[in-house]
Amino acid sequence: MNEIPGDLKFMKSHEWARVEDNGNVTIGISDHAQGLLGDLVYVELPSVGDEVKAGTACAVVESVKAASDVYAPVSGEVLAVNSALGDKPETINEDAYGEGWIFVVKPSNLAEESEELLDPDAYAESIEDDEH
Amino acid sequence: MTNKTILNDAHRALGAKMVDFGGWDMPLNYGSQIEEHHAVRRDAGMFDVSHMTVVDLHGTRTRDFLRHLFANSVDKLKTRGKALYSCMLNERGGVIDDLIVYFLSEDFFRVVVNAATHDKDLAWIEKQARAFEVQVAERADLAMIAVQGPNARAKVQSLLSPATREAAAKVGKFAAVEGDGLFIARTGYTGEDGYEIIVAEKDAVALWSKLKDADVAPAGLGARDTLRLEAGMNLYGQDMDETITPWEAGLAWTVSLEPGRDFIGRAAIEKQKADGVSRTLVGLVMDEKGVLRHGQRVATPQGDGEILSGTFSPTLGKAIAFARVPAGANAGVEVDIRGKLVPVRLVKYPFVRDGKACEGI
Repeated sequence: MNEIPGDLKFMKSHEWARVEDNGNVTIGISDHAQGLLGDLVYVELPSVGDEVKAGTACAVVESVKAASDVYAPVSGEVLAVNSALGDKPETINEDAYGEGWIFVVKPSNLAEESEELLDPDAYAESIEDDEH
Repeated sequence: MTNKTILNDAHRALGAKMVDFGGWDMPLNYGSQIEEHHAVRRDAGMFDVSHMTVVDLHGTRTRDFLRHLFANSVDKLKTRGKALYSCMLNERGGVIDDLIVYFLSEDFFRVVVNAATHDKDLAWIEKQARAFEVQVAERADLAMIAVQGPNARAKVQSLLSPATREAAAKVGKFAAVEGDGLFIARTGYTGEDGYEIIVAEKDAVALWSKLKDADVAPAGLGARDTLRLEAGMNLYGQDMDETITPWEAGLAWTVSLEPGRDFIGRAAIEKQKADGVSRTLVGLVMDEKGVLRHGQRVATPQGDGEILSGTFSPTLGKAIAFARVPAGANAGVEVDIRGKLVPVRLVKYPFVRDGKACEGI
């Protein structure tokens, strides 16, 4: 399995969040999650300006096999979405932690909500638990 | 208990992602389902279909028995090796299973049925066979590999002895020949040319390896499903079952109502036809982005229906589906995707044949 970048925080439901230098949060799904889903063929993105709430579904990723909700790791306003995924959803399969990002939020309650997220080691452990 | 085919270790050695399918531990994909799909459309791929059930029927009255057992007419099978696709119906006209039957001699026919329906199929066939004194022999000693794609036949032929190669090269569509210990049928479930090869279990791993060395790409059940739906082929359990008649499953073309043949279910489906069939199976294409999936509600001006098989078509780059809808629905059809109604087009299927989108898709 791919190395998990150390600057990411995770939800048990396989979303990742990266706090950027400007304080905004970039969100995607983990490499493990794309592996479980298989070839992605469609991504339903939130709209710029949407208010998302931590723990609620705000995007959908669909593989040939299944549709899966993407939950917001943190609350806030959607500042940007990765519209390149419209034509190339497989980017998530190829580069889940980089070019395959899904959306960016301006967080409204980051300090408290980030407490709830897992660091890479804890996430790696939770994946292992799933597999047993 | 999970069943394993003789090729199970070979799949695992190739890094296959395994899933349970009808009680069998089978490969879903070996990495990318979409690449496997394209390999079959553009070159050649192979599927382990050893989980399917091969049943040999012996007895002087076998043809008579099959006239009674199947909705399609085995009287169409006049040449040794010729194959026929048929439904096997219950008394109510519901589909017990769909299958392929091969005519090998007047006292020997071979039937290949689905894996998930193994127990009930064998019980039904054995029960009906008694009156005809036909011997029913399940061939658990046989494995099966489907090799499909525009280059599939040439790649298989390159592995055969000269005599068998010649026979395999000459065999027509929907017919089989035997040679080199193989039963080589020009049939399939992908809409591409190719063979389905029945082989003794003890020789199956070697055949798989030789095909691999001949650059035939291993393909899993995931690709098999997208290929068969593009090809407009029904999947038992999803597109039809014992509560659905052939008229309601887009399988009217497989029913032979010639006079004087009293097959099981005939009275029921003739009555339904006379009374009017209220539901029909249609092909759908969605031009908007997204994926059609089993169970989604289909809204039509004539009432609601539902998606039976739905997927993203790798060849077309858009979603396709089979749906069962009220008879007469043909325009103004929408599919409910997560609460949003998305317009879809009703189309004549197959969606894809011989690697290309069909007209009107």
